Amino acid sequence: MPSGFVIRKNQYYDSVFLMGISKRIADVPGVQRNAVLMGSETNKRLLADIDICDPQIDAAQPNDLVVAVIAETQQIVNDVLRRLDEFLLGGVQVASTSNPHSFEEGLAQKSNANLAVISVPGEYAAREARKALEAGLNVFLFSDNVSIDEELDLKQFAAEKKLLVMGPDCGTSLIGGIGIGFANVVRKGSIGAIGAAGTGLQEFTSQVHNAGFGISHAIGTGGHDLSDQIGGLTTLAALEALEADPATRVITIISKPPGTKTLARLIERFKTCTKPIIGCFLGAPAKPHETGANFQCAPTIDEAVWLAIRALGGEPDSNKADFSTEERQWIGREKASWSPEQKYVRGIFAGGTFCYQSQQIFRDAGILVYSNAPLEAKNKLRDSDQSLEHTFVDMGSDEYTLGKPHPMIDGTLRKQRILTESRDPQIAILLLDFILGYNASMDPVGELFDAILEARQNVKKRGGNLTVVASVCGTDGDPQDLNLQIKLLKEAGAIVFRSNAKAASFCCELLK
Amino acid sequence: MRQPMESKINELLQGPIIVINLGLQKFAESLEAQKVEVVQVDWVPPAGGDKEMLDLLERLL
Repeated sequence: MPSGFVIRKNQYYDSVFLMGISKRIADVPGVQRNAVLMGSETNKRLLADIDICDPQIDAAQPNDLVVAVIAETQQIVNDVLRRLDEFLLGGVQVASTSNPHSFEEGLAQKSNANLAVISVPGEYAAREARKALEAGLNVFLFSDNVSIDEELDLKQFAAEKKLLVMGPDCGTSLIGGIGIGFANVVRKGSIGAIGAAGTGLQEFTSQVHNAGFGISHAIGTGGHDLSDQIGGLTTLAALEALEADPATRVITIISKPPGTKTLARLIERFKTCTKPIIGCFLGAPAKPHETGANFQCAPTIDEAVWLAIRALGGEPDSNKADFSTEERQWIGREKASWSPEQKYVRGIFAGGTFCYQSQQIFRDAGILVYSNAPLEAKNKLRDSDQSLEHTFVDMGSDEYTLGKPHPMIDGTLRKQRILTESRDPQIAILLLDFILGYNASMDPVGELFDAILEARQNVKKRGGNLTVVASVCGTDGDPQDLNLQIKLLKEAGAIVFRSNAKAASFCCELLK
Repeated sequence: MRQPMESKINELLQGPIIVINLGLQKFAESLEAQKVEVVQVDWVPPAGGDKEMLDLLERLL
């Protein structure tokens, strides 16, 4: 197929901007594939994977823009590449000439800064984070691909300097009501949270808000913090800070199960904490840990919310765990509409925590689920693109997002997978999550709306019915219109829940 | 209370937060929308992206 490329020397753009340009080029009729990337080694390998190879590309540097197009005709290829400036200008990123270009220049402009938010490519991220720590700033490190050794080094240095390193690979924090990265608009209150799981923190903080309570701070730690290699350095620093913080009355920790040594260290620390602590270690066995006078375990995020509210003396509406009469009627009606071969659920997730929590709920209900991000290695899909029986796919995992937008920003990846699943005669239930908040897609449901309708139509043509179960993580304050998103889902025929745990439990009921 | 209140972490929690944003411009925009003081750094790979050169420069400085 005809292809071509251009290289723009010393023309650097951030990855989100480039993905937006790539999407606009993909919309041009006749374009089969395109890549809009900076010339890093990783990106050059991605280009080689789609057979775009040339000595000029080999020689490109990380601050050179590379745009490659594969299209039905050479005319289309040439036309897109000729119009590149038009696409770039339409992408809206207008680099102000007065903006600084390095951390040092930024610090010179804002010498009283107390937080560096870093989202540069991983290979440079630790270096920039170190500079920020040396200058006495706390760090929110969104970048991934930072090695565990670099993470340990940064966190040990931060501990010496009494500073906080949130991350690497930290998606979410809320500091005094301010959302950093992917965060929802929640009211201020007295529940503090520490989370290794980005969407887990979003779900927790949104649900606290939706229950009428508020968050003092929610501190992201990055996914490796509670591993024994890192030893929970950020979690422990955040715990100290929240214990000392007058606005915080109860502290919740949300994470995958910590390493054995780290868990022992945490539990020792919990014993001396002057505030109640709730641990939600997703994927752990139901009642795994020693609890104490001030430490309780919650198996799901929903239950962590209820325990936190109770610790404040509030009475959470935990009756919401039960299904309403209407929801129970859905179960009977939906099951009756399935054809005999329809028997499996396919969960296509944007949020890694939601994929993980859903698997835990299924495991505890005695239902085996396969996944590309399984609770136990034995349940790993051999081919992530090929679902097997009950399957939950984390579409935000690295294998899907390398060089492509994360499903929280753009629905393209999930759209394709939903349609693929709908062609399997054995699919009965489609389980989806939708995540609102700052920096997420402005219309996550709208992006998948047509795909959901088409998927349902595909199953209907075979004489069955596709049951669509969805959860929405968000609040009425989010930049997206929460009620409109829910309304759209209902119009698409979905059963909508305000919690992922409840949506997953509903699927278990459907399968009973 | 173990942590002295002058800890830089607790200063951050007490606010206001003042941010240097290196990288994704969207993050700076969402902070500005929340009325946070933020300086956007239009970050480019140092030393033209040549890591060997960068290491060399850092050793010299």
